[in-house]
Amino acid sequence: MRKLIIASILLLAPAFASASGGAAVPLEDAGIDLDDKASLQRGAKYYVNYCMGCHSLKYMRYNRMAEDLGIDDVDLRQSLIFTGAKPGELMANALRPEDGEKWFGTAVPDLTLVTRWRSPDWVYSYLKGFYLDDSRPYGVNNLVFPDVGMPHVLGPLQGVQEAVYTESHGEEGEAKKHLEGIELVETGSMSPDKYDGMARDLTNFLTYAGEPIKREREKLGIYVLLFLGLFFIVAYALKKEYWKDVH
Amino acid sequence: MSTETSGFLGWIDERFPLTKVWKEHLAEYYAPKNFNFWYYFGSLAMLVLVLQIVTGLWLAMNYKPSAADAFASVEYIMRDVDWGWLLRYMHSTGSSFFFILVYLHMFRALMYGSYRKPRELLWIIGVIIYVAMMATAFFGYLLPWGQMSYWGAQVIVNLFAAVPGIGEELAVWVRGDYVISDVTLNRFFAFHFLVPFILAALVFVHIVALHKVGSNNPDGIEIKKGPKGNRWDPNAPADGIPFHPYYSVKDIVGVVVFLAIFSAVVFFAPDLGGLFLEPPNFIPANPLKTPEHIAPVWYFTPFYAMLRAVPPMFGSQFPGVVVMFAAILIMFFLPWLDRSPVKSMRYKGPLFKIALAIFAVTFVVLAWLGLEAATPTTTLLAQIFTTLYFLFFLLMPIYTKMDKTKPVPERVTK
Repeated sequence: MRKLIIASILLLAPAFASASGGAAVPLEDAGIDLDDKASLQRGAKYYVNYCMGCHSLKYMRYNRMAEDLGIDDVDLRQSLIFTGAKPGELMANALRPEDGEKWFGTAVPDLTLVTRWRSPDWVYSYLKGFYLDDSRPYGVNNLVFPDVGMPHVLGPLQGVQEAVYTESHGEEGEAKKHLEGIELVETGSMSPDKYDGMARDLTNFLTYAGEPIKREREKLGIYVLLFLGLFFIVAYALKKEYWKDVH
Repeated sequence: MSTETSGFLGWIDERFPLTKVWKEHLAEYYAPKNFNFWYYFGSLAMLVLVLQIVTGLWLAMNYKPSAADAFASVEYIMRDVDWGWLLRYMHSTGSSFFFILVYLHMFRALMYGSYRKPRELLWIIGVIIYVAMMATAFFGYLLPWGQMSYWGAQVIVNLFAAVPGIGEELAVWVRGDYVISDVTLNRFFAFHFLVPFILAALVFVHIVALHKVGSNNPDGIEIKKGPKGNRWDPNAPADGIPFHPYYSVKDIVGVVVFLAIFSAVVFFAPDLGGLFLEPPNFIPANPLKTPEHIAPVWYFTPFYAMLRAVPPMFGSQFPGVVVMFAAILIMFFLPWLDRSPVKSMRYKGPLFKIALAIFAVTFVVLAWLGLEAATPTTTLLAQIFTTLYFLFFLLMPIYTKMDKTKPVPERVTK
């Protein structure tokens, strides 16, 4: 028994040292649900309308997305493909990396895998984290991505947020400002609840796009484990039968 | 050969020792009957090697080893290739499990003295296998061409640059370029494809050596030196049982349990919280953007921690590199460092047990430290545990000699 404990410690030990993302601000729970097809469809629509002009989704194919999300061919061609691409093509856009560098100071990243290198909660918090900051080229900064180069594209929908600071005094009495959080000071065309819903749909969709096979792999995994469970019974009975004359 | 075969098998046996090999290595290879839980990991490691080679072959059919296409071709495998996602996750999970199994297999050898005479060469071949595994894993980790792939390889190849005098040229020779580039990726792919076959050959040699000296067991007793005669053969060791069918059916149970754990990771947590697949590796390699924190994959981190534990001396990182390689090289000398009159931990005294327990903890702590960003505290801890790592080996001749051992029984216990 003691040996088993030692073995399990050896196996589990690395799990305690998880590689953290390093965001200083606590992230908001995005409430991901990959089975919520309606949310994924809305997320896809928002993405092609608001994001894809700059952020490609170049590892994802239109028809794969349509098939997985239950979007029929006519809807796909009419309301999701704006670039003249064929349904079998990758979801690329026309923005060149050098344009991004010129306009935003950095090449605009492809977002197919963003939820895998950040996290869904990070993306959700990012979409909700823009606040006014005159020192930035586009007048906004972001809570989870300090000094981001991107303008607040969804600003007209969300409205205007301002930072809330608390002040403390340093050792020599100098005032120090700490970013405490943000508050909505002017509502946009969407109510705060609706905007949260939109941010969630987008995050949900990007989580799907990060790994389209995820739900299928989890479903398949259950059958694999059930099969191995049955196989174990047979294998163990076989071993018992052979070994009964050994000791 | 005592038994004559006839018919088709007889025709084969006259030309190739098929029946002879079957008997010598399976049906009439007598293994001690008291193998326990720890004796599953060798055969499981072989299974994973086969899985890695098979999944790797199919991945190679769809992967493109070029800086321009590598990252996209991995996503192509994940999305467009039939079952590509399964091949890829099995391969990435397999590499981590290969190391877990081999670490447990090596720990077993430490516990029961499986490296002691007459198994010194068996142990040495094993350590060479471990080195070949690390080489394979290192080459393979560059292939997805993500940020961690790129910068991890950059850090490791730069170790060669620390060699005094020839360092810079050596690093350029390894990379084939002044930085990690398309050229490096292409040659790493070639090596990543080649080394596993060398690994398979080494495993074959490992088994040949094992079957020459016979398996050790948890009691550390040589069954070949004990009484003769069992149910199958009057000349075979009394405490031995034929590997097949006894251990083949037992290993099947181990395989099923292992596959269940393996599948649980593959199907439900293939990135295992960023440990098996690191989040920064989902960003394509960018030679102009260094990640905030570079850490190798978990199975290299004990050695990475030792590398970082040593401060630069005379403006050179070389001492750290020496310490890191010494940590691996010292394993080769283990058979001659242990001076205890007994093999197995079961009959060794408290000193060895304490030393081994400290060593196991040390290895895990170093693995954890290697994952963390270097701070004064973690560096100090890494220095302490690096010292403990080496003391386990260097003091072994002393504490194994001083230790109070228990009498070893004549026959294996249950």
